[in-house]
Amino acid sequence: MQTLNPDLPIPAAPAPPPRPAPRYEELVIKYFTIASMFWAIAGFAVGLLLAIQLAFPVFNIEPYLNFGRLRPLHTSAVIFAFGGNILFATSYHVVQRTCHTCLFSTKMAWFHFWGYQAFILLAGLGYLFGVTQGKEYAEPEWYADLWLTVVWVVYLINFLMTLTLRKEKHIYVANWFFLAFIVTIAILHLVNGLAIPISPVSVKSYSLFAGVQSALIQWWYGHNAVGFFLTAGFLGMMYYYIPKQAERPVYSYRLSIIHFWSLIFIYIWAGPHHLLYTSLPDWAQTLGMTFSIMLWMPSWGGMINGMMTLSGAWHKLRDDPILQFMIIALSFYGMSTFEGPLMSIKTVNSLSHYTNWTIGHVHAGALGWVAYISFGAIYYLVPHLWKKAGMYSTKAISLHLWISTVGIVVYITSMWVAGIMQGLMWRAYDKMGFLTYSFVEVVQAMHPYYIIRAVGGALFLVGALIMVWNIWKTIQSPDALPANSQTPAPSPALAAAE
Amino acid sequence: MLESHKKLERNSILLLIFAVIAVSIGGIVEIVPLFRMQTTIEPVKGVRPLTPLELAGQDIYIREGCNVCHSQQIRPLRDEVQRYGHYSLAAESMYDHPFVWGSERTGPDLARVGGKYSNTWHVEHLTNPRSVVPESIMPNYDFLAKTYLQTWDLGDRMKVLRFEGVPYTKDDIANAQQDAALQTLPDEDASGLQARYGAKVIPQAFGGTPGSPTEMDALIAYLQQLGTQVDFTTYDPDFELHAAAAAEPKTVKK
Repeated sequence: MQTLNPDLPIPAAPAPPPRPAPRYEELVIKYFTIASMFWAIAGFAVGLLLAIQLAFPVFNIEPYLNFGRLRPLHTSAVIFAFGGNILFATSYHVVQRTCHTCLFSTKMAWFHFWGYQAFILLAGLGYLFGVTQGKEYAEPEWYADLWLTVVWVVYLINFLMTLTLRKEKHIYVANWFFLAFIVTIAILHLVNGLAIPISPVSVKSYSLFAGVQSALIQWWYGHNAVGFFLTAGFLGMMYYYIPKQAERPVYSYRLSIIHFWSLIFIYIWAGPHHLLYTSLPDWAQTLGMTFSIMLWMPSWGGMINGMMTLSGAWHKLRDDPILQFMIIALSFYGMSTFEGPLMSIKTVNSLSHYTNWTIGHVHAGALGWVAYISFGAIYYLVPHLWKKAGMYSTKAISLHLWISTVGIVVYITSMWVAGIMQGLMWRAYDKMGFLTYSFVEVVQAMHPYYIIRAVGGALFLVGALIMVWNIWKTIQSPDALPANSQTPAPSPALAAAE
Repeated sequence: MLESHKKLERNSILLLIFAVIAVSIGGIVEIVPLFRMQTTIEPVKGVRPLTPLELAGQDIYIREGCNVCHSQQIRPLRDEVQRYGHYSLAAESMYDHPFVWGSERTGPDLARVGGKYSNTWHVEHLTNPRSVVPESIMPNYDFLAKTYLQTWDLGDRMKVLRFEGVPYTKDDIANAQQDAALQTLPDEDASGLQARYGAKVIPQAFGGTPGSPTEMDALIAYLQQLGTQVDFTTYDPDFELHAAAAAEPKTVKK
């Protein structure tokens, strides 16, 4: 029996003999990448408008552009449109390369692309007209939900079949995460979306579940939209693009296995931490809190696995802004996956729940982790897909990095201060035993922080616009390789990571 | 363990099946008992399904995303109970498809806002919040007063809810459209409406033309009943303990 070093990345020894690269399907990946950037700008811009509306309510334009209707447009655009499209781009890119095969079906991939963009339009336009199920991150009505189900099943089949067609013996760790993300989102979407329309021609439906049950099912869905859409999927991205960019194999194979199974098993339990001190039975609240605290460990296991991949290559961090994006992403991931369990402790939650602290926490994860790992992957992908020597301007990448990092820090610190202040003001008592502040006094106290937050958001948007310019210039620049050739065969060091 | 894991790494279908098992356990353990256990929602006197007009109001509440900024869930914490009233009971949202507990308090909690302000105040406030609360950051909802309520499909809405377990009767559904109009007519005979939804439902002018309700009327009707169904002067949170104690045979000391 051969001896295996468990800390070698898979596929481990023996090194596969060099093979001619198959003709990877890349056009659809280009489309997904462009779509992702388009929706990113749209989603960030709507977010900025919402931030301004909270500071200055005069910017609400009734009825279509009121805060209540725009908010799901922002969350859906950034999570499902920006995040979704880049997950599809990278999963199709990674699965082909790590399996050394082309996609199972190019037609299905194109159906997936157009079908998904249609879903975004269908859902997003609906929000402006007030068509919503009213459940956070699950707002699309029944007809959009059904359409998404069709598109998603096509995606699952295409991804899974590509895995089965692989020329490599082992399935690379990034694909485990992508697969878990795809299948779990399907389950969550199907169960939480169960609803009965009031007629086949009406856009309105009523959720099958009511009250307490509806609350738990919604947050089982909602928290795992975070856990599987915004975490597992993007961890798949991390497990491929960080080793590639750093030109180092993944730090620990053993840790990858522990990371994967413990993360997906524990995440699913954590939903009830959104419902602490509510009418949800206590036993369910306690379970949710306990598993949320346990979740800290697998999250940091994954962060460490990603960070330590730079072992022996830390010097690259000095002058490679793409790697900087990826490592900052992991830092924010570590920060927000520590903050999350902290906020899930009932006593902390009694202060933080309902406040802007939650908004700060979400954006630390969404801007710092999800967007940054995506930016890193896109900066890696664009020159590869369009066959260029590199991005048009490395300085512009650096500029983007610093402007948006300042933006994130301004954003989250303002929301931390605002949130904790809000929580403390609500529960403040005077010497006579009366509540010190009326509700509206607390609203008033938020005003300066809402302005600071909008500034942070604006900086983040400016950074993304620089990125769009840079991508545009890169695509316009002359090709580094003959147009019909594939990306050059990976060097031995790169092959290790694949 | 690493050796056996290689089996999963080499078989995509097996990997898929194991992943599905891993993500199913938590959900099943937490969700299934909620449907099976009697204690999830303790029955409370007074909780009733919404009237057709209030139901239309709740649909508007969801359509406009009011639940994005307003919670409807008072936690059993000293300051919240003092600020908003008795903590929320599971039964109070048992007919909400879906729940509208919310997750943010950009604006105040509304679980017990019913009866705290007059109808006129609500009209003013929804039309232009800053006319009554200068520091408010809420958007204007002027258009609600200018839009007549669509009532023809209220029966269909109630039919679906009945199918999903809300105890609307066939009589309730047949009279839905009429009842919606009736609730805005203070001078008409409301005995039918009150027989169906309780004597606490008092027809009144919510601000629009009586008899042809606007969306504003429906929303205000919904807001004005929030948190008022349970009578907390007589509500006993430990009713089960007390009932058990009362049922025990009393031992008389000699």
